[in-house]
Amino acid sequence: MRPFTFTQSQDVDTAVQEVSKEGAKFIAGGTNLLDLMKIDVMSPSHLVDITQIALDTIEETEAGGIRLGALAKNADTAYHELVETRYPLLSHAILAGATAQLRNMATDGGNLLQRTRCYYFYDTHTPCNKREPGSGCSAIQGYNRDLAILGTSEHCIATHPSDMCVALAALEATVQVTGKNGARSIPFANFHRLPGDTPHLDSNLQPDEIITAIELPANGFATHYTYLKLRDRASYAFALVSVAAALELEGNTVKEARIALGGVAHKPWRVPQAEALLHGQQATRENFQKVAEAYLEGAKGFGHNDFKIELAKRAIVRALEQATKKEATA
Amino acid sequence: MNTQNSLGAETAVRPLLPETRTVTLRVNGTTHQLQLAPWTSVLDALREHLQLTGTKKGCDHGQCGACTVLLNGKRINSCLTLAVMQENKEITTVEGLAQNGELHPVQQAFIDHDAFQCGYCTPGQICSVIGLVNEGKAKTLDDIKDLMSGNVCRCGAYVNIVKVAQEALEKNTGL
Ligand SMILES: Cc1cc2nc3c(=O)[nH]c(=O)nc-3n(C[C@H](O)[C@H](O)[C@H](O)COP(=O)(O)OP(=O)(O)OC[C@H]3O[C@@H](n4cnc5c(N)ncnc54)[C@H](O)[C@@H]3O)c2cc1C
Ligand code: SF4
Ligand code: FES
Ligand code: FES
Repeated sequence: MRPFTFTQSQDVDTAVQEVSKEGAKFIAGGTNLLDLMKIDVMSPSHLVDITQIALDTIEETEAGGIRLGALAKNADTAYHELVETRYPLLSHAILAGATAQLRNMATDGGNLLQRTRCYYFYDTHTPCNKREPGSGCSAIQGYNRDLAILGTSEHCIATHPSDMCVALAALEATVQVTGKNGARSIPFANFHRLPGDTPHLDSNLQPDEIITAIELPANGFATHYTYLKLRDRASYAFALVSVAAALELEGNTVKEARIALGGVAHKPWRVPQAEALLHGQQATRENFQKVAEAYLEGAKGFGHNDFKIELAKRAIVRALEQATKKEATA
Repeated sequence: MNTQNSLGAETAVRPLLPETRTVTLRVNGTTHQLQLAPWTSVLDALREHLQLTGTKKGCDHGQCGACTVLLNGKRINSCLTLAVMQENKEITTVEGLAQNGELHPVQQAFIDHDAFQCGYCTPGQICSVIGLVNEGKAKTLDDIKDLMSGNVCRCGAYVNIVKVAQEALEKNTGL
């Protein structure tokens, strides 16, 4: 690893000051950043340890939702009573990711900012616009089985690898951040970016901003939900396609539907107009198939990942059926 | 090779020689003061600075679990955390499990169930089983398999490792 200087911040304001220095980065659980620093994909010259800041509580908000401190551990979040009972979709999504060891280390803020698993991004010997802007994209013509089918650009077809974020997108969380210009709140749909011609930017968080919390609205869709993760082995692998599905049903009539896809785009994929097709409709396989078609409209494969288009459609149908039947996972 | 990265970090001031600092680590009940560079992982601190080589380096990237130790009783990958960030927490390694010359029940169970061949993954597996018991989330056989999936065994001793975990959960042999 390249040498760096190191400091520990005890409060948000100092952390924001410290990270504004050139070449500085925050470190939380370290499970993504240190991994990437060891292979020189990321090489900050100054690390700001934020784990001493008291931002690890999980509590109810005045609006009836919950607030997850950015430094709450993924494991502590997934197993927290409020999350397990009121936001079980989020628990299931978190527990579908990584391993027990990693979830004990990884933080909720860090999970949002984990970087893509595109093989070429990891291989410093190959061109990659995300790692080295302007160098080209090795994946488009290369081996792209794991890569995106929606929202891609000619500059990058990477996916966002998080499971947790797929549930947060479906639940319409907001991300609370603080920077030099004060605090602001970012709706989850605007937090991550599409690659466009700036694939080196994963999110709309500014370099001087720290995530302080993630807030969830009151409705946790705790009755009809599913997190379906399809991957090459049953545990400890990233998603080829994943679906967070949540339904509000009255009898067999859909009052509200939420669907977010993972493993298919540079951000968790939501199509609110396609979800709306279900409103007031019966929860039937035929209707779910219509939504699945609408969700994958405009999808484009790059050869090795063509299969994901059909897989994603079937996964949506299965996830909605499971959610209807109150089956939480695969 | 061009090592310029997207953060433009090459223009920033970077220390050239290892700048060390005093780091206080609690390992197996003993407090150690070490002079460490900030980029020293807990794994390297254990192996290279404390000569506690029971904890193994498999991948150094959080993928294999050979470096599993307990931090305040819970499992972590010691390769993916910095020693400077783990001051004043209780770190337990495989060397800290036996008491008064007697193996920890989980260590004994690995022998009784013939749960290893080459033994490289074993210190991590042992700590992981103890962490599994401490964390208290495994109720079924499927839970065990899922919650132990962070420990890879190239020799494929999984069947007997699962038996050890089942026994440890039944007898509640944590830390
Ligand atoms: C082998 C392996 C398998 C994995 N499998 C999965 C999987 O199946 N599914 C899945 O979803 N994830 C998986 N992960 C990824 C894991 O979930 C992430 O590494 C983890 O969530 C990152 O959190 P962290 O706290 O360790 O982040 P760090 O590594 O500390 O930080 C990551 C980034 O976030 C920034 N950052 C951290 N906290 C803040 C903050 N509060 N404000 C601003 N910036 C911040 C850091 O500067 C850094 O750039 C896997 C990881 C590994 C190593
Ligand atoms: S898909 Fe994106 S991350 Fe992968 S090589 Fe292309 S530019 Fe890099
Ligand atoms: S050496 Fe740490 S997980 Fe492999
Ligand atoms: S016993 Fe050889 S790797 Fe597990």
